[in-house]
Amino acid sequence: MDVFILQLFNGISVSSILLLIALGLAITFGLMKVINMAHGELIMIGAYSTYLTQNLFHAYMPSSWFNWYFVISIPASFLIAFLFGLLLEVSLIRHLYGRPLDSLLATWGVGLLLQQLARSVFGAPNVAVTSPSWLNGGMRILSDVVLPYKRLFIVGLVAACLIAMYFYIYRSLEGRRMRAVMQNRDMAACLGVSTRRVDAMTFAIGSGIAGIAGCALTLMGPIGPSLGTYYIVDAFMVVVLGGVGKLVGTVLGALGIGVFNTMFEYWTNASLGKVLVFLCIVAFLQWRPSGFVAMRTRSLD
Amino acid sequence: MSQPLSILQCNDVTVEFDGFKAIQGMSLTLAKGELRFLIGPNGAGKTTMLDVICGKVRPSTGQVTFNGDIDITRKKEHQIAELGIGRKFQAPSIFPSMTVLENLEIALRQRRGVFATLFARLQAEEQKRMKRQLEMIGLADQEDSRAGGLSHGEKQWLEIGMMLLQEPDILLLDEPVAGMTDKETDKTGELLQEIARERSIVVVEHDMEFVRSFASKVTVMHEGKLLKEGTMEDVQRDDRVAEVYLGKRRDADASRSTA
Amino acid sequence: MAGYAAAAVALFAAPMFLSDFRLNLLAKFLAFAIVALGLDLIWGYTGILSLGHGIFFGIGAYAMAMYLKLEASGGRLPDFMGWSGLKELPLFWQPFSSFGFAVAMGIVMPALLALFLGFFTFRNRIRGVYFTILTQALVIITTTLLVGQQAFTGGTNGVTGFSKILGASLASPDTKRMLYFVTVLVLIAVFVACRYIVGSRFGKVLRAIRDGENRVRFIGYNPAMYQMVIFTLSAAFAGIAGMLFVLHVGIISPSMMGIVPSIEMVLWVAIGGRGTLIGAAMGAVLLNWAKSEFSTSYPEGWTYFLGAMFVIVVVFLPNGLTGLLGKIKLGKKRRVTKNEPTIEYPAM
Repeated sequence: MDVFILQLFNGISVSSILLLIALGLAITFGLMKVINMAHGELIMIGAYSTYLTQNLFHAYMPSSWFNWYFVISIPASFLIAFLFGLLLEVSLIRHLYGRPLDSLLATWGVGLLLQQLARSVFGAPNVAVTSPSWLNGGMRILSDVVLPYKRLFIVGLVAACLIAMYFYIYRSLEGRRMRAVMQNRDMAACLGVSTRRVDAMTFAIGSGIAGIAGCALTLMGPIGPSLGTYYIVDAFMVVVLGGVGKLVGTVLGALGIGVFNTMFEYWTNASLGKVLVFLCIVAFLQWRPSGFVAMRTRSLD
Repeated sequence: MSQPLSILQCNDVTVEFDGFKAIQGMSLTLAKGELRFLIGPNGAGKTTMLDVICGKVRPSTGQVTFNGDIDITRKKEHQIAELGIGRKFQAPSIFPSMTVLENLEIALRQRRGVFATLFARLQAEEQKRMKRQLEMIGLADQEDSRAGGLSHGEKQWLEIGMMLLQEPDILLLDEPVAGMTDKETDKTGELLQEIARERSIVVVEHDMEFVRSFASKVTVMHEGKLLKEGTMEDVQRDDRVAEVYLGKRRDADASRSTA
Repeated sequence: MAGYAAAAVALFAAPMFLSDFRLNLLAKFLAFAIVALGLDLIWGYTGILSLGHGIFFGIGAYAMAMYLKLEASGGRLPDFMGWSGLKELPLFWQPFSSFGFAVAMGIVMPALLALFLGFFTFRNRIRGVYFTILTQALVIITTTLLVGQQAFTGGTNGVTGFSKILGASLASPDTKRMLYFVTVLVLIAVFVACRYIVGSRFGKVLRAIRDGENRVRFIGYNPAMYQMVIFTLSAAFAGIAGMLFVLHVGIISPSMMGIVPSIEMVLWVAIGGRGTLIGAAMGAVLLNWAKSEFSTSYPEGWTYFLGAMFVIVVVFLPNGLTGLLGKIKLGKKRRVTKNEPTIEYPAM
């Protein structure tokens, strides 16, 4: 029982990180049919932003304040990744609408460039980010089940992001425009919605959330220029499994992959676990080829 | 088996999209060599009806049988096409990166398996048929140009040509004259009447002028149901049809002209 | 036709002009060109992007490497198995002591894996980006599996330490030259096969699938069958290339077939020009030549160059260098751009 609870918690913890990464992907893919392979590098940018915030606090702030750098680093990494995303959308992504496979290749190139840039600026070896001391330790819920605060914090952070996204998409004016463009781009444009602005904003917000994911990842271990590549394919699998168009699909996809991955890895080993998850995904797609949620249309393609 | 003369029978077909019933209990019988027009206001389910027949949409209830006793309700699109039901979509859908001739070549009635096409040679007889088709659709001097570069009307014609080379028993046409000039429209109508001598055709059409000139039998759909079936005169005389469809438009026209 | 003949003659004459080292490099590039041809069939002609060809290439390479390793170990247990504490040769390794079996497996195994993935995706109309992501996931799990099962696969280090093939020493220049000729012959054979396929009615159906898969269905073809066959064939070509690669390079490891090599293979085709066979093959040779010239002396610059190439080719040169050359030729003839033979890649 103890083991089961711990595994379940680990699974949810993995899922929450996957979800944070996949949220931005699912929205940009659903909205613009753009596959952003540089998403992993936006995570990396978020992680390095946290690293820089930490260094700035170290250098210029009284040491008693140091523990609070992390509170600043969350919005900081969001903002920096947001700006990178905006730049990327305006300079490149804009030219790739309607060509998902091409966008995949071009953004992969951007990812390579950003990784190399990070290597040139920060050096190839991983750097460590010191977690604030208030996140050390854990919560004891059973005699030998301890839930680390760091992981709990990440789950909470993801929940907060999810709620914020929900309100943005379903309760705000901007969000309504976004959904309009997603469902019928031409019609939305005719009604006076600036689709370009919506695209740019959405892409930037998705990138910003990737930045927050990067910030969260600094709690899990050292970070390096290729940090994002470990997560990007799994995050895309979440999108494939979840389907596009609704937040709930992405949440289910992330939970499915995260929990099953942890379970299988516990029962077998890391490499076989991954194989089993992949087989499960392929099997699931036999049943629902377009994921958990799918929008039906009447057009030929 | 029931009626040797009917080539297609749709019995009590219902289609649901996420709870919304696009078609409710629609039945349709098509005789061999018949030219049938399917009309109705927007959202009546005309295109969906064609989708059901050609296998693009699976009905939730009901049955579609082809040639008397072949149940095609659960068959896949390519199997239905192989049996002899051809479909032309509303927007011209040809293969833009291929030449006109190549478009026709893959449409030819032939064995369509992987190995058959891998070792297929263009027969002299096939070449003759393609040439004849090219003349008929008026694209003989453009056989080597990329289909993507043709004009809208030419694309429509190419697609009709491809359909004819498929030699289907039933042709399903969705607004074949949309975007055509008057001259092209007349030519298309004559072509349809000629084709209907050997094959059956179902045409979904909005252009009432076109329907009036060429229709022998008309089926009117409204909100997913059959409203009226008969000759154009029958249909025009029918009060309910006038109310949901022709009448409203006539009123609207009248009010506009008096205003 | 004359151009192809000249290229073939040049390839056969190359050993007379190149040093052994250069010849070995060229042989490796030609093996890559075989992968590029297969990839072009599935991506350039059918419009399906596979980021999993590294795996098919790698499986072919491992099949050959297993034979070479057993040949080199001369009846004893391969060294890395001993290090991992294995006492006897695993059952599935045993038949690989036969050269014929290894070669057959190097073709059949990648083909079967592709058939498996193709069967469960194309049939359900999982395509476009979805399919591409699944191929990438396939790469990840296969490489993790290879790394994880160290005792059977050599783990991260891969399989290396070969000495002879069919009794002939791999180190001797004569063997190397022989292997070079074999590679040239295989490349020519694959090229001719691809030419035939592309020119046949089958090839036209493939292009039609690229232009509009659903439309093809309503003509009466089953696109899933076509996609499965071409994907399987393309994987088999990659497997053949992998076997040749191991013979020239003397090592195969998971890092040579992972995510990055797989997507680089796509770049070869993109740079050369997708949708033309000669472009794909030239792209593979050209890019790898550039890589071997520059990547060791300017590793940072090379990565920047590679990243920039992805962006530039996709945005400005969708038909690659072949497309660029064609445009220049056309431009000289006439300044009309209306009916230029570019390929439109529709949204998927």
